[in-house]
Amino acid sequence: MNRSGWLWAPSLAVYAFLYVPLAIVVLFSFNDSRLSAEWVGFTLDWYRKLATDDAMLAAARNSLLIALTAALIATVLGTMAGIAMHRYRIRGLTFLVLTPVAMPEILLGVSLLVFFIQVLNLTLGLVSVLVAHITFCIGFVAIIVRARLAGMDESIFEAARDLGATPWQSFRLVTLPLIMPAVTAGALMSFTLSIDDFVITFFTAGVGVSTLPLQIFTMIKVAVTPEVNAVSTLLMLVTLTLIVLASRVAPDALKGRT
Amino acid sequence: MPLLEIRNVTRRFGTLTAIDRVTLSIEAGEFFTLLGPSGCGKTTLLRMIAGFDAPDAGSIFLDGRDLADKPPEQRPVHTVFQSYALFPHMSVARNVAFPLQMAKKPPEEIAAKVKQALAEVHLEDKGASYPHELSGGQKQRVALARALVTRPRMLLLDEPLGALDAKLREQMEIELISLQRDVGITFVFVTHAQPEALALSHRIAVMRDGRVEQMDTPSRLYGFPANRFVADFIGNCNMLPATVSEATPHGLRLAVGALGEVAAPPAERARAGQAGVLALRPEQVHIVAANAAHELKNHFAGRVRDFLYIGDVTTYVVELENGTRIEALLANSAPGRARFFEVDEPVKVAWRHDAGIFLLD
Ligand SMILES: Nc1ncnc2c1ncn2[C@@H]1O[C@H](COP(=O)(O)OP(=O)(O)OP(=O)(O)O)[C@@H](O)[C@H]1O
Ligand SMILES: [Mg+2]
Repeated sequence: MNRSGWLWAPSLAVYAFLYVPLAIVVLFSFNDSRLSAEWVGFTLDWYRKLATDDAMLAAARNSLLIALTAALIATVLGTMAGIAMHRYRIRGLTFLVLTPVAMPEILLGVSLLVFFIQVLNLTLGLVSVLVAHITFCIGFVAIIVRARLAGMDESIFEAARDLGATPWQSFRLVTLPLIMPAVTAGALMSFTLSIDDFVITFFTAGVGVSTLPLQIFTMIKVAVTPEVNAVSTLLMLVTLTLIVLASRVAPDALKGRT
Repeated sequence: MPLLEIRNVTRRFGTLTAIDRVTLSIEAGEFFTLLGPSGCGKTTLLRMIAGFDAPDAGSIFLDGRDLADKPPEQRPVHTVFQSYALFPHMSVARNVAFPLQMAKKPPEEIAAKVKQALAEVHLEDKGASYPHELSGGQKQRVALARALVTRPRMLLLDEPLGALDAKLREQMEIELISLQRDVGITFVFVTHAQPEALALSHRIAVMRDGRVEQMDTPSRLYGFPANRFVADFIGNCNMLPATVSEATPHGLRLAVGALGEVAAPPAERARAGQAGVLALRPEQVHIVAANAAHELKNHFAGRVRDFLYIGDVTTYVVELENGTRIEALLANSAPGRARFFEVDEPVKVAWRHDAGIFLLD
């Protein structure tokens, strides 16, 4: 082993620490045994069982619905916020948009709960979860969009106006295409954050509504069944795909060109 | 009626007055240059013409109409930015087509005009390329083609050659001159490089601290600077502090420090007793061997302190007996030129009685 051996070993340990538990979850989701202690044989039974678990399917539908809607709305609002933060450099605005990102999730969860119930007098449910998710996603989108804009030559946007574009044409034909990688990355990021959020959802969901993370939590309160492993594996797959997609477009979000 | 009229325009940023009551007018077809040191307000003035910024006081007229409430897209004026500002996500052809599309021209016309505009800047074969695939000079040309394709009334160029190397710069200067002549569009050109300004412009406005110090043709600016700042900024100049001892319509007699009497051409406002400087261009000062015959009225003995060989000319720094330093330019092709002067060699400097210009303090 060469001189960097002292760096190699610890990083290997760190990666092992991070990925071995995940690997075990995936592995045991295919294990043909109810007591997931040792490997018995390969099966897809747990996935079949998932497909017939009505509570789980309902939770999955909720999660998808919330994640898609939250990602869509947060991307639109976050993009606008990012552009505004870049263009007007209002300190207060930056602070307002970024606070939900930095705030401990539990605090955000509790305060949203109090806000929904005591201030808005809202019945908790899909809508409250959705609003909560949008709230914490906007900040992420705004940061990414602003970072992309910060790296760009301001005169490009002036050139568009100069050459005859109205403010709206300039946005549609120049600004939007140029920040598109950041917007896409923000949308993927929002979807990922929303679909696996537990803490904030827990506080804002009320009794009637469940999402995948909430459903998993309910199940493991009873026992860690292979079915939990299976649904976790699926969730992991979705999240991983989106992260890979986002990182494909995101590095470019900081460069000057598409 | 002038094409563009700027009347008493002032622009302040906080306590800083970036543009201070500037008045000037530009005729159609002119190559007009705003020249001045960094921070004098050139870009600010240009941005107000383009519509990116608005005056705090005063007004700007184009074709006799006040531009005050016209947004940039409604002004028949296009800008070439120092950074080119090409749209990175569009091909060269689409960049050039952009202003035509904004003007809602039919597709056939757009195609024809884009082709012609690219031909004008010698980029016929680059239409499909993207900006990041082009060299600096090529980007510059695309920016020019894009700004000219709709034939605006006026083109604003903010240090468009600033990012190019010396050789390319010179080539682009020549192309700019012929392009401007061919399309006949008024150019307002911003630079802080005076050789560029002299080479390109029909008229130059020399700016300092937000004000226009002098506005004239290149040769008149060079030959008859209005004050010390202009004399110093445009080309090189020997500045000899002097007092007027006699002023007549035929010429001045000046007491130049320890040099004594010097004859100078007449100056309108000069009166006996006034203080100022005698501004002498290095090429107006002759340098000859100490024992050479001469017939010039103003001549002084000195020694060569330094020289700078540039190729076509050599600049000599001569220290006169009283310590005054004078720069003299000698063309290396001068007739009868047998040899160079060496450092420490005794020489004489001389200039005609009508050379130089007396500038009041
Ligand atoms: N948006 C602004 N806010 C505050 N001050 C500004 C702004 N724009 C310009 N200034 C100031 O106004 C003055 C003139 O600036 P301007 O950019 O017009 O100079 P310039 O002549 O173009 O200089 P350069 O040759 O360096 O480009 C400078 O002192 C500059 O700092
Ligand atoms: Mg400038």
